[in-house]
Parts: sequence; C-alpha cells; structure tokens
Amino acid sequence: MLSEVLRTVSIVSGISVFLAGLLTLAEKFLLNYGTCRININNARQIEVKGGNSLLRSLMQSDIFIPSACGGRGSCGLCKVKVLEGGGMVLPTEIPYLTEEELKGNIRLSCQVKVREDIAIEIPEELFNIREYTATVEKIIDLTHDIKTLYLKFNDGDELSFKAGQYVQIKVPRYGKVRDEVYRAYSIASSPRNRKEIQLIIRRVPQGICTTYIFDYLKEGDKIVLNGAYGEFYLRDTDREIVCIAGGSGLAPIKSILHQMHEEGINRKATFFFGCVSKRDLYYVDEMKVFESLIPNFRFIPALSGPKEEDNWTGETGLITEVVDRYITDGSNMEAYLCGSPGMIDACIRVLRSKGMPEDRIYYDKF
Amino acid sequence: MEISPFLIFFASIFTSNILLTNFLGMCSYLSISKDLKSALGLGEAVIFVMSVTSVLNYLVYKYILIPFDLDYLRFIIFIIVIAAFVQLVEMILERFMPRLYYTLGIFLPLITVNCAILGVALFLVIREYNLLQSLAYGAGGGIGWTLAILALAGIRQKVDESKVPKGLQGPGFAMIVTGIMALAFIGFSGIISIQ
Repeated sequence: MLSEVLRTVSIVSGISVFLAGLLTLAEKFLLNYGTCRININNARQIEVKGGNSLLRSLMQSDIFIPSACGGRGSCGLCKVKVLEGGGMVLPTEIPYLTEEELKGNIRLSCQVKVREDIAIEIPEELFNIREYTATVEKIIDLTHDIKTLYLKFNDGDELSFKAGQYVQIKVPRYGKVRDEVYRAYSIASSPRNRKEIQLIIRRVPQGICTTYIFDYLKEGDKIVLNGAYGEFYLRDTDREIVCIAGGSGLAPIKSILHQMHEEGINRKATFFFGCVSKRDLYYVDEMKVFESLIPNFRFIPALSGPKEEDNWTGETGLITEVVDRYITDGSNMEAYLCGSPGMIDACIRVLRSKGMPEDRIYYDKF
Repeated sequence: MEISPFLIFFASIFTSNILLTNFLGMCSYLSISKDLKSALGLGEAVIFVMSVTSVLNYLVYKYILIPFDLDYLRFIIFIIVIAAFVQLVEMILERFMPRLYYTLGIFLPLITVNCAILGVALFLVIREYNLLQSLAYGAGGGIGWTLAILALAGIRQKVDESKVPKGLQGPGFAMIVTGIMALAFIGFSGIISIQ
C-alpha cells in the first residue's frame, strides 16, 4: 500500500519536475536576449538586460516615461517614438493609438519588449525627470477620506516643476501586495518651493496606493517618487481662466493659484469646486486667502447633495449646472479641469456649448 | 479489426468531427469565430498542438502510465503535458518566429484549456489507438475543428450584414447555426464509422 502511494507520487512528481525543468531551461536559454542597447534621440546610449518592457528598462536606467497605470497598458500615456526595433504593433496597443500615431511609429512603451537593439525618440525634458527620495513630514486629514501629504526631499534635493504637474509615488511591497506599483498624484503646493511638496490624496476603497498611504505610511517614513510630468499647466495668455475640479482634483489648481499669486498674474479667474456635501469640502479658508491675494480671482464651491445640518447657503447642484449658470460666453476663455473622467467629459460638453474651443480646454483625468 | 490511420484521419475531419459530433472545444469556437482571419489563426494553432500532443500523450500513456499501472491518473497527466507543451511552443515562437508569434501567440494560452485537445488524448486511450492512429486522429481532429470554426466564422460574417431578430443575436444564433451544421456532418456518419 505505502509503496504504491510512494510510487504514484514519485512518478507524477517526476513527470512534473521534468516538464518544469524543461520549461525553466527553455526560459533561460530561449528568452535570454542578452544585453540590448537603447539609443535615445541619437544622443544617449544605454545598455539594458533584454526581455523586459521598454518602459521598465528605461526606468531602470533612470529615464522616466510618464505612465499613470504603472505599465499595465490601460492608461495609454507612455507613448514613445520607436525608430528601430521593437517588433510589430501589438493588439493591446491599438486601442490607444490614432492612425497618425501608428504611421509615425508611436508605440506604448509598456507593451514594447526590448529583445534587440532599439532606437527611440523622447521629448528632451524627460531627461530631467528622475527619482527622488523624500521624508513624510506631516499627514493631515482634510476630510473623512482625503489627506494632505507633506513631503520634504532628502539631502536638500530639489524638484523643479510647473504648477499643475504630477509626480508618481512608488508603492513598495506591503501586506499582501507583492509587486511595486507606481501611482500618479498632482502636486498641490507652490512651484517656488522646490524642497518640499504637498500631495492631496483621496482614499480609493481597496486601492493599492491609497491603502498604503492611509493605513501604512507614518510621519517620518521615507517615500520614493519620480517626476514631474504632465501637460496640465497654466498657458501664458491673457484670456480669462475657468478652473473646475472635483474631490482631490483641487490639488493642481491650488498649485496654479500659488503660481498666479507669486508671479502677479492678474487675469480674471474663477474656480468652481464641486463636492457632495459639506463634509467633503476642504481648503475653503485657503481659497478665501487666495481671493484676497489675487485681485480678479473668485472661488465658487458647489455642493451636489448638501445635508440638512450643513446649513449650506452657497451654490447647489452638479458642478456642470453651476458652471452653466455662471458662464454666458466662453469664447474668449480657457479652462483647466481636474477630476474624474465622467465629470471632465460632462464639463467639456458644457464649456463647448458656451462657445469655448476644445483646444483651449486643458484637463487632467484620473 | 484494425482501423487504418487514413480512415481515422478522414473520419475525424468529417464524420466524427470532434466539435460537431462530440461538442468539445465549444468556448473558443463560439468566442473567436467573429471573423475568418482570427478563426484561421486559432485553427492553425489547434491543428499543430493537437497533432503533437496526441502523439506525446500516447507515448506518456503507453510508456509511463501503463507500465506503472497509473492509467487512472491520465486526466491530470495529460493536462500537464498539454500545458507544458503549449508553454514551450509559445517561447519558441516568441524567440524564433516573431511574425507567427504575433498572429498565433495570442491564441496559445486559449489552447491550453481547449477541451477538444484533452478530449482527443482521452479518446485515443479509450479507443486503444496505436502511435500512427493517434497521430492521424490528432491531426484529423485538429483539421476538423478548424473546418468547423471556419464554417461558423464564414456564416457569422455573412449574417452580420443581415437582420437577425434581437433575441437571437450573438451566441444564440451561433448555437443554432452549430446545431444545423452538426446535423449536416452527422449525415456523413453512415459512410465511415470509427466510434
């Protein structure tokens, strides 16, 4: 009996071990691409171990391509021009590429595997993006589900960024999370202060990064981030400014307001901030201060579902309804939107109906 | 009486089509039959994997499972062999045939769990085929499966342009078409019989 059991187990294990061994060997020899060279803008050459995605290979060499989803092929941000190598366009990339981009050899760097020498072209400013280590100075509760993170860069390091840009936080392995992930957050503080930044973070139920920040991260902890990224910054024109944000989307707008105050930009500006009820509202006093500091700035908070005990006397309704009431002619304005994709798409529709051209509506969807 | 491998080959394409008479491998058959090109890609991958794994599984069964009296473990062993083989093929394609990898590669993981492939391995044990017969059955089964999915994809492409009642659109319609195709194939079954 016992010998039969042993024999059965050993034969089944033997077959499995043999096949597993075969596959491991095959992986080692077949999927070993040796060292590959990446030629960037014909100016820099880096050597990486082949077999990884282009995004990750570049990241290991301290070149950071903007990516909000961290390489899962779901945000479509990590576009790079691939001049040589990289293989054919994969079915996973096609939904994110326009016809023009396909013709121009634009690829999603998280989907391109480095299997051979490869030549790429990236915007020069990406060379300035690098990794920073910072210490958590303070974590402050703004509402029941939003916190501000105060970060100070270590060793006197400085991050230069435009107001409105974002950084990516590296979330280490913790609890049941086995892989490092990157998540993007907008900087909420003044671009003049390069030694410290503030991030406004709203809790996402079951979110890998927000759970880490809300439940694991303590004051005094170190945090690794890279940046700064993004095309969401104040354009240098004379037009009237409309800012619209919801939830933690206030962050980049606050940074832009710091910039306007510090640089003495006196363009007419209105900031519509949408929340559900009073308990979701924050930074109202700070915005009042901005109203007194920036001559033509107005802050208009709006609640979509104020509770009775809120005693709310301000604007009510969805943020789109409020914007609809305030703006009559948008043809000579430009807009800066930050919030959920649903909110942004709805706002774009309202603004366009007011005569605002689409290319003057700048937004940051998350 | 020993059935000739040729007979098995043709029978498994037409009269005993594994998909239309045994209804195995239905999930990928229904989901990848929206256009001819991907149906053909998947079909080619099935033909290749089915031919090779039927021989591999035959060898494993005859030279390992039977001598050690372990034929009751054939389900689990066959699945492991198929999965390992598919994985190996995927790696080889990725390395040496990138063009093929881009067209077939996305289908390979689907094949690991294609029950028609496991079905072929189990049938050849039940029917006590020898090596040549197993190869003929595997290759024929794969070709038959491909034929069936191509037929369905062709019909679905045509039907896309016609008006199908709302309640029948999609899988409902595919099932009815499959049923009618199965009737037609079963019509052949009097000609040669291997089951």
